Amino acid sequence: MKRSINIWNRIDKVTVLLFLLMLVMGWFNIYAAVYNEEHKEIFDLSQRYGKQFLWIIATLILSVFILIIDSRFYLFFSWVVYGIIILLLMLVLVFGTEVNGAKSWFEFGPVSLQPSEFAKFATALALAGYLSRKNIDLTRLKDFLPAFGIILLPAFLTALQPDMGSTIVFFAFFLVLFREGMSPFIFVSGLLAILLFFLTLLIDNLYLQLVMILAAFVLAYFTTRRWKLCLTGFSIIALTGGLIFMLDRFLLKSMGNDLVILITIILSGLVFAYYIYLKKAMEILIIYFFLLGGIIYINSVDYTFNNILKPHQKERVEIMLGFKSDPHGTGYNLNQSLISIGSGGFSGKGYLQGTQTKFKFVPSQSTDFIFCTVGEEWGFLGASVVIGIYLFFLLRLLRLAERQRAVFSRIYGYGVISIFFIHFFINIGMTIGLVPVIGIPLPFFSYGGSSLWGFTILLFIFLRLDVSRTEYLV
Amino acid sequence: MKDRFANRRIIIAILIIVATLALLIKLFIIQVVKDTYRLSADNNVLRYVTQYPARGLIYDRNGKHIVLNQAAYDLMVVPGQTGEIDTAQFCLDLGITKDVFRDRFMAARSYSRRVPSVFLKQISAETYARFQEKMFLYPGFYVQPRTLRKYSRPVAAHVLGYVSEVDEAQIRNDSYYKQGDYIGKLGIEQAYEKQLRGTRGVNIYMVDVYGRIKGSYADGNMDTLAVQGTDITSSLDLDLQEYGENLMKNKTGSIVAIEPGTGEILALVSSPTFDPELLVGRVRSENYEKLSADTANKPLFNRAFMASYPPGSTFKPINGLIALQENVITPSTQFGCDNGYLFVSCHSHSSPLDLKGAIMNSCNSYFCQTYRRILENNKYSSVSEAFDKWRSYLDEFGFGRTTGSEFVNELAGFVPGSSYFDRYHGKNGWRALTVISMAIGQGEIGTTPLQMANMTAAIANRGFWYVPHIVRSIGDGGEIDTLYTTRHRINIDPVYFEAVIGGMEAAVNGGAGATARIAALDSIIVCGKTGTAQNPHGEDHSVFIAFAPKDDPKIAIAVYVENAGFGATYAAPVASLMIEKYLRGKISANNLWKEQRMLNLNLIDSIPDNETEH
Repeated sequence: MKRSINIWNRIDKVTVLLFLLMLVMGWFNIYAAVYNEEHKEIFDLSQRYGKQFLWIIATLILSVFILIIDSRFYLFFSWVVYGIIILLLMLVLVFGTEVNGAKSWFEFGPVSLQPSEFAKFATALALAGYLSRKNIDLTRLKDFLPAFGIILLPAFLTALQPDMGSTIVFFAFFLVLFREGMSPFIFVSGLLAILLFFLTLLIDNLYLQLVMILAAFVLAYFTTRRWKLCLTGFSIIALTGGLIFMLDRFLLKSMGNDLVILITIILSGLVFAYYIYLKKAMEILIIYFFLLGGIIYINSVDYTFNNILKPHQKERVEIMLGFKSDPHGTGYNLNQSLISIGSGGFSGKGYLQGTQTKFKFVPSQSTDFIFCTVGEEWGFLGASVVIGIYLFFLLRLLRLAERQRAVFSRIYGYGVISIFFIHFFINIGMTIGLVPVIGIPLPFFSYGGSSLWGFTILLFIFLRLDVSRTEYLV
Repeated sequence: MKDRFANRRIIIAILIIVATLALLIKLFIIQVVKDTYRLSADNNVLRYVTQYPARGLIYDRNGKHIVLNQAAYDLMVVPGQTGEIDTAQFCLDLGITKDVFRDRFMAARSYSRRVPSVFLKQISAETYARFQEKMFLYPGFYVQPRTLRKYSRPVAAHVLGYVSEVDEAQIRNDSYYKQGDYIGKLGIEQAYEKQLRGTRGVNIYMVDVYGRIKGSYADGNMDTLAVQGTDITSSLDLDLQEYGENLMKNKTGSIVAIEPGTGEILALVSSPTFDPELLVGRVRSENYEKLSADTANKPLFNRAFMASYPPGSTFKPINGLIALQENVITPSTQFGCDNGYLFVSCHSHSSPLDLKGAIMNSCNSYFCQTYRRILENNKYSSVSEAFDKWRSYLDEFGFGRTTGSEFVNELAGFVPGSSYFDRYHGKNGWRALTVISMAIGQGEIGTTPLQMANMTAAIANRGFWYVPHIVRSIGDGGEIDTLYTTRHRINIDPVYFEAVIGGMEAAVNGGAGATARIAALDSIIVCGKTGTAQNPHGEDHSVFIAFAPKDDPKIAIAVYVENAGFGATYAAPVASLMIEKYLRGKISANNLWKEQRMLNLNLIDSIPDNETEH
């Protein structure tokens, strides 16, 4: 008894309130999104809003159970939970029902479960379990690799289904690694690589590479201040480049700009490397390797984009970048989404008055594109309020995470934040064209039992850990 | 526990805030700053008007049109947009009653208030023209152009198939289809549906709350053009087909004519037949019901390959070939005939006969004895083994299985294996005499006219055949499937074919005793074989197979006339008329009497007469 009173006292009421708020708003939104005049009752079980209500009730019961369980349980059984989920992810590849070309669901009669939704909190638990051990230093490779593996394993299994959207979500955990000491380098490189990927598609390769080379030299100068050295290096490259270009122009005629630049960099690099070694300017060498890597990366982006990405994935990126507008096929979702949100104006059209969503122009409008209903019916004001609530929610979780005494709880907390953040950013970003269309749900708003349960468990485990925030747990 | 990285929380917080700001800014831009989206949606709704493609045309082998398209108009309605309209005037303009209007409108409304549905199918062009001028008075209604089939001649219904609306199961099977699409059923329309259907397009219009078109959405940039269906050139010779259907009028039966060198079907007639125009458009369901209900004539039933008959004497050449190949007889082997052999009777003719004579006179004894030799061949350990070997030859000719043509409801026919008789009589409980009726094409064997025509083509080619097919090329000289251009060789020496062909030549041109004299033509050597297929339910069927010219054959044909008695009487003249028509283009003067006789012959009406006549 004392225990349960304790839980009620110590649980973070602000978060719970925000949670309930999002749940209810989400539910009303689903009602508006798939409103069916022949089934006006919001509790009508044949419609999604009725079903969502059932899921909500089940979720609330579930959340109480989670709160009752002792915090230590989560710490000690984190591996077991993770193991079970990994098993489920493997089993779904064999026993799952195939929907739209992917095996992501188990179907038990009227109920369907999606293991990848549960993999999110399981991975957060496992990661927290691992990283909270004594003397883990993420800058050391041997400590880093297991953490990477914990994230990679479920991501890989999810990618096999294939469910690209859910796979991408796992990379949010790098935020956790960052907080726990991973070199910012990896993070920054990752972001840069993504940026470079899009730049390569947007800007002509030649200019991009030339700009890169220039940038490399500028960086070299600022790092070492040895302008003579930099100038020498630059002239070596320019000379080599010129020669090879002439060779191609007049003799071979078949190399193409990309190859010219690549060979130039490699050759001049060899010359340069020796010179650097003599002059002992290691930073320049490092910058050089990055330049080389960058050039190779740029060249491989095209290949990857054309040959490895599936056609519909390729198209989604192209559409986001504005190359293509295929408003009928792949671009349809985005186009309809933009129309419905854009048409909301400042204050929206009013509850249940969204013509676009009402007329069913937005596909998946109760799941992945649920935000469209918000945007269309509540306008900029309403949409900002929802985004504001999410922001408030995330920052609140941040504060909770930092006040944990147990490292395990803190790390798990960051896992929770990362997951919610990436879903929130990608889902809303996709509906407004900031991010390519990647199918992931908006937590608590999108219709769906598995995702609702997954997110609730994710959150409430943390809330339970937070109740024990003054204990060290171990 | 040290927490050296506590400061990083600030970076993470900043990251979250920046990301949120990015979202807010983009949101602000599209909702408040940019007008475009608001215009698209503000009280405006998009209307997707489907552009249905014209279905591919079907030509005959000489480039004549067989199947064309005609324009039709469906009247569509969006019930939620109709508002108050003058229903009386509307009904007047359309030529329907108020009751019809009410029923249709209620049906549309219960389907959906917002999604368009068909209010009236295929209104006539005049109605459309009249209605168009007044359409502004009736918001929520608009016209959807469609194409329907039109036929240059009322023939070849069974070969062509027809076009109907797609059903739920078909929509589930192929995601291309949506409700209201048309799909081919049976015949060429079904076999080449994917090529004929083209690709749907769409025009997107902006429509206001009153359903009035306010312009093209996005300046028509999002519209897609319909892609017309690919035309099909069929292998049919339209004139020959029409001629065959005329010859078979008022008779029950079928004709299948194939070009031996390619396997192309020149004509495929099933009688009674029906005018393909009956199954077009609005009247289709009603007419289909009527045709289905006609159980006396069964016009929808395609006798060319959905009916299986015992082949009768037309089977004798095959048994002759097999016997030669198995070395149980030679062309000069003779057998006597005592008006029959054991319990199998035969008509009177000179005796004994060699192979050529036996075919010419269609002697049952000869073939019974030949068949006995095939089955009692010492080379095999048992009759069962010999029987299965005999069966394997038949399989090589394409019997006992579907030929593989484009027709989806082809019957495989039936050729029993030794296990069939083992089950009946017990293993080793039967012998050659038990199954002797198969020597003369009677008994348990079932073959379709298509298979018989194919067999004739194989004989004409002296030992090979191509899968019979109804399409020559797809689109502009596009190739057909290699299934139809692959040669099937038969394991019988071409020399033996010559021997049997000699017999078939004699059957037509050999003078006295030849059973098919009536089929002879001047200066064209026709080779053929008569047959009388026993019919336990009534009069025997008249069967005839033939090919011509003997050397370098251009046409192989099988004719079945049901309830008509001897093969020579009706089937043979039909075949020779068809052959002459195809090879010469017209009927020579001294054969015109045959043509008249066949055209005027009425066997269908004579059946009830027979019944009343006691």
